[in-house]
Amino acid sequence: MNDTLAGWLQALALIGALALSYRPLGDYIAHVLTTPKHLRAERFLYRLGGVNADVDQRWPVYLRSVLAFSAVSVIFLYAFQRLQSHLLLAIGMKAVPPGTAFNTAASFVTNTNWQSYSGETTMGHLVQMAGLAVQNFVSAAVGIAVVAALIRGFTRKRTDRIGNFWVDLTRVTVRVLLPIAFVFAIVLVAAGAVENLHGVHEISTIVGDKQSITGGPVASQEVIKELGTNGGGFYNANSAHPFENPNAFTNWLEIYLLLVIATSLPRTFGTMVGDKRQGYAIVSVMALIWVASVVLVTVNELHSVSSTAGHAAGGMMEGKEQRFGIWASALFATSTTLTSTGAVNSFHDSYTPGGGGMTIFNMMLGEIAPGGTGSGLYGILILAVITVFVAGLMVGRTPEYLGKKLGSREMKFASLYILTTPAIVLIGAGTAMSLRGERANMLNSGPHGFSEVLYAFTSAANNNGSAFAGLTVSSDWWNTALGLAMLFGRFLPMIFVLALAGSLARQQPVPVTTGTLPTHRPQFVGLLSGVILIVVGLTYFPALALGPLAEGLH
Amino acid sequence: MSSPTTLEPPVPTGGSRGPSGHRVTGGLLDPKQLLIALPDAARKLDPRVMVRNPVMFVVEVGAVLTTLSAIKDPSVFAWVITVWLWLTVVFANLAEAVAEGRGKAQAETLRKTKTDTVARRLGDWKPGAAAPREEEVPAASLSLGDHVVVEAGQIIPGDGDVVEGVASVDESAITGESAPVIRESGGDRSAVTGGTKVLSDRIVVRITSKPGETFIDRMIALVEGAARQKTPNEIALNILLASLTIVFLLAVVTLQPFAVFAGAEQTIVVLVALVVALIPTTIGALLSAIGIAGMDRLVQRNVLAMSGRAVEAAGDVNTLLLDKTGTITLGNREAAEFLPVGDVSVAELADAAQLSSLSDETPEGRSIVVLAKERYGLRARAEGELPHAEFVPFTAQTRMSGVDLDEDGDRRSLRKGAATAVMQWIRNNGGHPTQEVGPMVDSIAASGGTPLVVGEVVQRGGESTATVLGVINLKDVVKAGMRERFDELRRMGIKTVMITGDNPLTAKAIADEAGVDDFLAEATPEDKMALIKKEQEGGKLVAMTGDGTNDAPALAQADVGVAMNTGTSAAKEAGNMVDLDSNPTKLIEIVEIGKQLLITRGALTTFSIANDVAKYFAIIPAMFTSVYPGLDKLNIMGLHSPTSAISSAIIFNALIIVALIPLALRGVRYRPSTASQLLSRNIWVYGLGGLALPFAGIKLIDLIIQFIPGLR
Repeated sequence: MNDTLAGWLQALALIGALALSYRPLGDYIAHVLTTPKHLRAERFLYRLGGVNADVDQRWPVYLRSVLAFSAVSVIFLYAFQRLQSHLLLAIGMKAVPPGTAFNTAASFVTNTNWQSYSGETTMGHLVQMAGLAVQNFVSAAVGIAVVAALIRGFTRKRTDRIGNFWVDLTRVTVRVLLPIAFVFAIVLVAAGAVENLHGVHEISTIVGDKQSITGGPVASQEVIKELGTNGGGFYNANSAHPFENPNAFTNWLEIYLLLVIATSLPRTFGTMVGDKRQGYAIVSVMALIWVASVVLVTVNELHSVSSTAGHAAGGMMEGKEQRFGIWASALFATSTTLTSTGAVNSFHDSYTPGGGGMTIFNMMLGEIAPGGTGSGLYGILILAVITVFVAGLMVGRTPEYLGKKLGSREMKFASLYILTTPAIVLIGAGTAMSLRGERANMLNSGPHGFSEVLYAFTSAANNNGSAFAGLTVSSDWWNTALGLAMLFGRFLPMIFVLALAGSLARQQPVPVTTGTLPTHRPQFVGLLSGVILIVVGLTYFPALALGPLAEGLH
Repeated sequence: MSSPTTLEPPVPTGGSRGPSGHRVTGGLLDPKQLLIALPDAARKLDPRVMVRNPVMFVVEVGAVLTTLSAIKDPSVFAWVITVWLWLTVVFANLAEAVAEGRGKAQAETLRKTKTDTVARRLGDWKPGAAAPREEEVPAASLSLGDHVVVEAGQIIPGDGDVVEGVASVDESAITGESAPVIRESGGDRSAVTGGTKVLSDRIVVRITSKPGETFIDRMIALVEGAARQKTPNEIALNILLASLTIVFLLAVVTLQPFAVFAGAEQTIVVLVALVVALIPTTIGALLSAIGIAGMDRLVQRNVLAMSGRAVEAAGDVNTLLLDKTGTITLGNREAAEFLPVGDVSVAELADAAQLSSLSDETPEGRSIVVLAKERYGLRARAEGELPHAEFVPFTAQTRMSGVDLDEDGDRRSLRKGAATAVMQWIRNNGGHPTQEVGPMVDSIAASGGTPLVVGEVVQRGGESTATVLGVINLKDVVKAGMRERFDELRRMGIKTVMITGDNPLTAKAIADEAGVDDFLAEATPEDKMALIKKEQEGGKLVAMTGDGTNDAPALAQADVGVAMNTGTSAAKEAGNMVDLDSNPTKLIEIVEIGKQLLITRGALTTFSIANDVAKYFAIIPAMFTSVYPGLDKLNIMGLHSPTSAISSAIIFNALIIVALIPLALRGVRYRPSTASQLLSRNIWVYGLGGLALPFAGIKLIDLIIQFIPGLR
């Protein structure tokens, strides 16, 4: 089978598998988020935490719960890393330095999973399992909880209650993430990923050199790394490492896992608002952008060969695993940058300017196509709100989305949301570029060097976590700056989303008439896609012009 | 139609409704208005005023920065940009000043009516009291509850209700309608407005408003825009525009470190130019003009909106409550057909009906005469033409009219009137209405008509025969074109409900004929109120018209309450709009104007943002081709030089504001249709148009300005 056919088959099988999962998984999550029944295990957890699971929260309380939970998580994770040498299963790892510990804590709690360290030489097994892997689950669950609150804002009327964070968090973790992760961890192990509690093995290679190989609970962490759109690898090489991602099948499976929840959530949305067409419209926009991006990256990598090594290989193979080739790498790169996952099976720094530029642009879109677990859906819903506002004015009515009016209060929160991430990216990159010392951490000079910095802040602020590589980010300045970018990039938008949910829930819905802007038709799909591209394009065009565009246009 | 002190009458040109649809338009923009508004526009440059418009404030700050920069390092380019930035701000102010200027002119004519009227205050007026004490005081010193007397030729000193007497009043000062109206004590025609003139008779008026808060004072404030507050949608849009402005500001400010790294540090002038080109100046400049012009379009149709909020709400209305009489049907019922009984021929019946109606001066009576003439060629005979005829005029007591004819000693009496009255008359004269009359009468009533019976008594010798000749069907006549209007409204997603005092059967018949969606029969003010509340509970916005005092609570409850100017002051107080023409059909136009206002804002926002794409393609290559020559590929317009490219973008940005002022004032084209169709059309015109137009515009300007020596 040649590469092209294999590439097509992989992509089509992926789309088919996602399409098959859309209905059952989306409806199941909707059921989990709406059913009044608690599981016995959940009841036990609620009793343990002193949570009254049958009482819904007002939006400020919901927000406070999100923030408190996350703050405790950051502190716990920080302390865990600092104290790891005193704990079990440290496999000889020393305490993580403060800068890295803060950055990592922020990174895993915000579902970014940016890694300024090498997993196999920094973290012991206990930190990996009880610290990082736990955050992989709950940070993904927090995203889904927040979008659940936003959806309730649309579905509920005349109430100040938007759900109970503790219930959402627990149910999503226990009923959605854990079971799926369990099943697929076994599949991964069966397919060749590693799962053990071994320490470092010293082995001699054929040529007589010494090599240290770290074992560990890899498969179990790998599965939630993708499923929860986290992306923090057990090993530094991430999904390019053969223990994490041994072969073409696991590669395909990992891409499927990192897309499956985010692409099914629009169904959850459609089901919960009682109009499944709304879900189809949203998922169509996601699919449109994803397909366009896959095509652009693949074509660029196959044809716009930009290095001598690339010419020799007949395609841009630099930085890509021989096991996966260009097609599977491009598919992985697009999916990981469009989902806020940030796991990588190839190095984006070595992509062509066009392909690498697309990976930056993918993240700049705000992680919405399909985006992170939960965060992708709330991100695209906010953009839908902006679209409906402008388009709604054009049909001569006070704009309304799903029967809820978009007045000044709603627009305030939506505007703040779309303002936040660009502000963090641009201010961060701008500051870094004006500091001579920090700038020196780039591997390359010229536009490519600038792309590395732009990529780092884009990745952090959008909670993606993938690295362009090339940039050295282990200094205190970078650890702190990117750590803050991740925290602000995660929680400021959540504040606005929950505030918006609160103000939507309070409204009495307006009945739908022929004078109402329909938000389920191809017309709206096209319009929303256009607004996303234009708003993002206009915001980042100058920066992109000096990075990938300057590099790519000769 | 107009007198020296009128408002502009509704503009028939451009507002005409063709068969292929119609559009709401405003007046045309006279270039002279731009000149007149210039001083006002310059005055608005005051930063304390500008800061209320964040987008244009950023432009002004930018203009100051480039001015300083141009003074420090003078160059043709710096000065071109500086001058055009200032022009951008001035153009924005001009748009607002022109919009306000139109209102000011109207306010001026209104103010002329506020002469120093002298009021004749009655000291202790009581109903029926004879010759109360009278004193002359200035109108400004009247207080609530005072009674004043006004006689023919005098100006009414303040708003109030007539409590004694009846008079004809010239209200042209506020309505522009020179035909006098009748105002009388009691009932729904008792309100008088200060500044209007009594033409005949004498009335006593109880003052209901404080000086300075009269209707005319409020009108002046409204048309001048003094009372203008930002409407909810305008605030929401402003928030979006402000946040876009911040995003673009950030994008440009952070661009400098990137540029420095690339070795292409940019001047202040270029950075400011980029910011101004990107932030949504087009809509920012025109936003308040659009709002003012929307109110103005209402004023041109003789509707006064008490707040911009009400105009916006009009665009959102889901349900229209329309009074049957005067709105859906013509004011009066008209004869529609003659239905003979037994052997009587239609022609005989028509003749008898006409003869018996000659002395009936009510509109219904006249319509019978007309129908007989038009359908049966029976000329209306003058009363003198029938020498031996004795006419019996219609009275409310007898409920009949008729004629007694003496023909060769025989006496033939004809009567036409309410069914019960005529049947009773027949019985009194010894006749018996035949079996078929009863069902005929009932079926007409059931179909929504009013049955009138025509009877005849012939006395020949000593004998008299009384017979019923037939029945006349009086019907409500639905105004022409109403069904089409309601179909249009339905396409716009608006439900129409007819309100009538008729019984449900009648109401249903008329509702079906007119094509309204629903009706409320035997409506009391309480029913009306309950209906509004029910609709509102479902999240719907309700609009209605009303004039009587008993309409006041419903008018206040409705989201858009249009009070008729002929109505009581309670009604005018309760509504949030007043229609000076007192034409209830106008409610439909008000809804359209509300929608048009929002569409104009949305369309220009889309246009403004879409424009940015072309500006990027002009400015970014101009900034960086020196260091990254490859970026010249982005110069797809093939602009002459970096300086000419940036200047062209800025000049285009300024000129497009002026070019769109007429559109902002007039409002974009609006055709009632579904939301999908409207959106498609507006995306094509303003979205894609906004994407494409600047490419052509900037290229064109570049072709011209490349010859300016300093820009090569």
